Amino acid sequence: MQTHPTPTVAATDLLPQVTHVRNPGMPLDLDWVAGVQANTSAIERRCATLPGRRSVKKEFQAAWLLKAISLIDLTTLSGDDTPGRVQRLCAKARQPVRADLLEALGMSGITTGAVCVYHEMVETAVRALEGTSIPVAAVSTGFPAGLSPYRLRIAEIGESVKAGAREIDIVISRRHVLTGNWQALYDEMAEMREACGEAHVKAILATGELGTLRNVERASLVCMMAGADFIKTSTGKESVNATLPVSLTMIRAIRDYEDRTGIKVGYKPAGGISKAKDALVYLSLMKDELGLPWLQPDLFRFGASSLLGDIERQLEHFVTGRYSAANRHPMG
Amino acid sequence: MTIRDIFQTMDYGPAPEGSAEAMDWLKAHDNRFGHWIDGGWTKPHQTFATKNPATGTELAQVTQGTEADVAAAVKAATRAQAKWGRTPGHERARILYALARLVQKHSRLFAVLETLDNGKPIRESRDIDVPLVARHFYYHAGLAQLMDSELPGMVPVGVCGAVIPWNFPLLMLAWKVAPALAAGNTVVLKPAEYTPLTALLFAEISREAGLPKGALNVVTGDGATGAALVAADVAKVAFTGSTEVGRRIREATAGSGKALTLELGGKSPYIVFDDADLDSAIEGLVDAIWFNQGQVCCAGSRLLVQEGVAERFHQKLKRRMDGLRIGDPLDKCIDVGAVVDPVQLATITAMVDGNTEGETYRAATPVPAGCFYPPTLITGLSASSRLMQEEIFGPVLVSMTFRTPEEAVALANNTRYGLAASVWTENLNLALDIAPKIKAGVVWVNATNLFDAAAGFGGVRESGFGREGGWEGLMAYLKPAGTAKPLKPVAAVPAPNEAVVEGIDRTAKLYIGGKQARPDGGYSKAIWSARGKLLGHVGIGNRKDIRNAVEAAHAAKGWGKATGHNRAQVIYYIAENLAARSAEFAARLRDMTGRSGEAEVAASIQRLFTYAAWADKFDGVAKSVPIRGVALAMNEPVGVIGALCPDETPLLGLVSLMAPAIAMGNAVVLVPSEAFPLAATDLYQVLDTSDVPGGVVNIVTGGHAELAKTLAGHMDVDAVWSFSAADVSGLVEKEAASNLKRTWVNYGRARDWTAEGEGRAFLRAATEVKTIWVPYGE
Repeated sequence: MQTHPTPTVAATDLLPQVTHVRNPGMPLDLDWVAGVQANTSAIERRCATLPGRRSVKKEFQAAWLLKAISLIDLTTLSGDDTPGRVQRLCAKARQPVRADLLEALGMSGITTGAVCVYHEMVETAVRALEGTSIPVAAVSTGFPAGLSPYRLRIAEIGESVKAGAREIDIVISRRHVLTGNWQALYDEMAEMREACGEAHVKAILATGELGTLRNVERASLVCMMAGADFIKTSTGKESVNATLPVSLTMIRAIRDYEDRTGIKVGYKPAGGISKAKDALVYLSLMKDELGLPWLQPDLFRFGASSLLGDIERQLEHFVTGRYSAANRHPMG
Repeated sequence: MTIRDIFQTMDYGPAPEGSAEAMDWLKAHDNRFGHWIDGGWTKPHQTFATKNPATGTELAQVTQGTEADVAAAVKAATRAQAKWGRTPGHERARILYALARLVQKHSRLFAVLETLDNGKPIRESRDIDVPLVARHFYYHAGLAQLMDSELPGMVPVGVCGAVIPWNFPLLMLAWKVAPALAAGNTVVLKPAEYTPLTALLFAEISREAGLPKGALNVVTGDGATGAALVAADVAKVAFTGSTEVGRRIREATAGSGKALTLELGGKSPYIVFDDADLDSAIEGLVDAIWFNQGQVCCAGSRLLVQEGVAERFHQKLKRRMDGLRIGDPLDKCIDVGAVVDPVQLATITAMVDGNTEGETYRAATPVPAGCFYPPTLITGLSASSRLMQEEIFGPVLVSMTFRTPEEAVALANNTRYGLAASVWTENLNLALDIAPKIKAGVVWVNATNLFDAAAGFGGVRESGFGREGGWEGLMAYLKPAGTAKPLKPVAAVPAPNEAVVEGIDRTAKLYIGGKQARPDGGYSKAIWSARGKLLGHVGIGNRKDIRNAVEAAHAAKGWGKATGHNRAQVIYYIAENLAARSAEFAARLRDMTGRSGEAEVAASIQRLFTYAAWADKFDGVAKSVPIRGVALAMNEPVGVIGALCPDETPLLGLVSLMAPAIAMGNAVVLVPSEAFPLAATDLYQVLDTSDVPGGVVNIVTGGHAELAKTLAGHMDVDAVWSFSAADVSGLVEKEAASNLKRTWVNYGRARDWTAEGEGRAFLRAATEVKTIWVPYGE
């Protein structure tokens, strides 16, 4: 079994410390892409049994839930976002758990993994997070459909980076996947990665629109070959967002990519993960399929807006033994 | 560990399922159990301990069942059966339905008790075993409801003795008890020595379903108790367990007339083609060989992986193995629990340690002290390796490679067993080509260990016979109504004092591989008419003739692959040619038997038409199983069938056995009536002119007792039927134990070959149901 250095407390307190080599990409390998197999029924069966195979209880569950918080890209992607709303969200990102609860749990320095906003909100978020190491992620490239002029999509990345975004969540052109134009997908991804510069790039595959798990896996591979730092399921705007079968398919691709290149690529399921129990299932999936490095914010994020609230209630239940209520926890 | 520490290590930590309720139930019985007979507990006597294998601690004392205990249980069951067998189907359905509901209502108690007694992970008993048990009773409630209308003329066999293993204690109980009760039988169940507790709990709870006293009896004990049950006055024995014990049961019940179904061992192949979804195939292996610590009769224990991807596959597999968590079976976060008993652990250990070939990889995962064995992979073995052939019944996977689909099939079938198989490929053409070629009762395409009450489960070859689940499983608990009369011995006409010899000498020969053959021994026998006329001579076939005939039958492989339409054409053609010579055959029958033969010839022609008709109509079924996919129940030919033909109607009887067998694609070795063999030897000329491929029908004349022994003992014969007037039923069943071939014998009972000589019973005997699971979805 591979062993990985365990990050120290200090390192994780200063999230998100990047401890892995960035994915430099590789030439497009079409044979590899063509050889992809993903058996939907078998993948679904595996996923159906996951919640029953793993269970974390008591203080272990509390620790895992705190870990889940540290992995959340706390997100607001609404047409009615305002600076005030984003500032509130950032305040929550700085202090996601009530101080008394955190103290009772013997923890400190917990923040969310990042704050994720539209471009227009980047500057507000960056200012609101000053003094923390919480990065601001911007959705980009004509999010969510990715159908605005190509030149503008590339330019949008540069604008967001200039505004202070350290992470860029790009959307791929689904049509390249659906028509099997892997070269076009590769070129697009590579250029977007280039445009990100120092900022990390998460490739949103919009898996709910790719039709098959086979396509999900092919698109995952092509985006990694073109240098994606993360692959991400969804914009949250598709009718089907992150699911366990899609996740299993994508993280198998990540594992194969690491086997082939030695490079670790991150994973971000987004949309539809709103319960603490779901988060635990995802964490056990990452731990079992990819290992401990993928339980750190540099390789794993939840794209979620309401997950945090459920986790807060569960943590209070752990501390007090009483079931909690939403109004006992500060809003984000 | 503090939360801060765990935040770093992200360990799983303990997640134990509580066992207080199960312990309370044991305590309520003072941790001592008698048997459950006639609706109540007997007083415990001569008890032995049943232990929790994970901890070695004693759970309870249970009673060693004696012959007297078994007799008392059988008596209670017999008394109850008279009434239960006449209870309307709807009434039985209501009680089975209640049993299903009770299993659900007490599901956690059953699951925890099962895990305590057996050592299997709580996830498996909770999420797999117990839900399948409930499903089995629901499904069979439905069969009880429908039986009266769907299976007219069928009646329960009577009292069923069920002997079940320790690997799925409650599930195997359900597989025996549900169909038995649904069909109107009563049951005496002997749970395994290591794992009696859930059966006792089930028996106690069955009261709450309104199950009449004596309908279900549980007698605990070891193998001696099981043997006593097999020997007791039961109408049927249903056994799941090792091939070795199954063989002994076959021998012990031979000739007794007890119905028998055996679900035995396996060394099931798990075939991975290079175009498979390898990661999913690996998850499949986790469910195949590390499910229930590999103590699964149908475990995919023999990995066959295509050479080009073998290295990558093994590498991925090892990494997956390292992630398996082994430990306290009550922990909800455990993949592999405890081996059932230190004796079994010692067996597994000795088998693996005794192996000197290949490379052994043990999962890099902590293994607790005690009755635990690490997930193990042994690569680089060959077909001749002992571990490639013998069932380990532990978490040990053995592996070898293949080059082509044809070689995969050959390696898959290179075993004495034939229980299950998994085939992994994304190529539908390949999967559906391979599945029928594998000798197994169950084939899973891109899946493994899928079970459902609607789908038949059971083996071929030395994995046993009979199916459990589905309508086909219910049939094993039923028999036709009515009692057959004893069959009177039929003697050949003795040589007369004054021999009448006319015409040119005609020498009947044996018919082997489409050619006439002289008997190997060089002996012949004269056949006389009732009036003292010499009708001809027939060869006295011997064991070598049988050997040659079986070889010829195997050489006629193409017949099984011919289309039903083709086989129908040939059988119609036989009928046509027989009709053309009907006067001659009628005269022959009259000469031999002294009775008019016209009706028999006409009936034989009609019978040929019946099976020509059936050849393309004995359809398989697409089962309604609870997955997105289909489970196809395919009626496959049994293979090579040896048949000792009746003497009462020497032509019709032979045709009644030959025609269904070849219609379904089997090749046959027919031993014609010993007294009146000439109808058969005349028939080979008809076969010769009817485009029957050589070897599909072979005819060996001679003494039934001698030929029955050779035929039934032949390791390459798949089934033997005997409707001989000679007393050979017991001999056939005993000899059949050698390779556990299927048998169908008359136990010295007569059959009216005109009225009862055809139908689905013959087709069922001529086929094996293979269930092919094909999940789908993209």
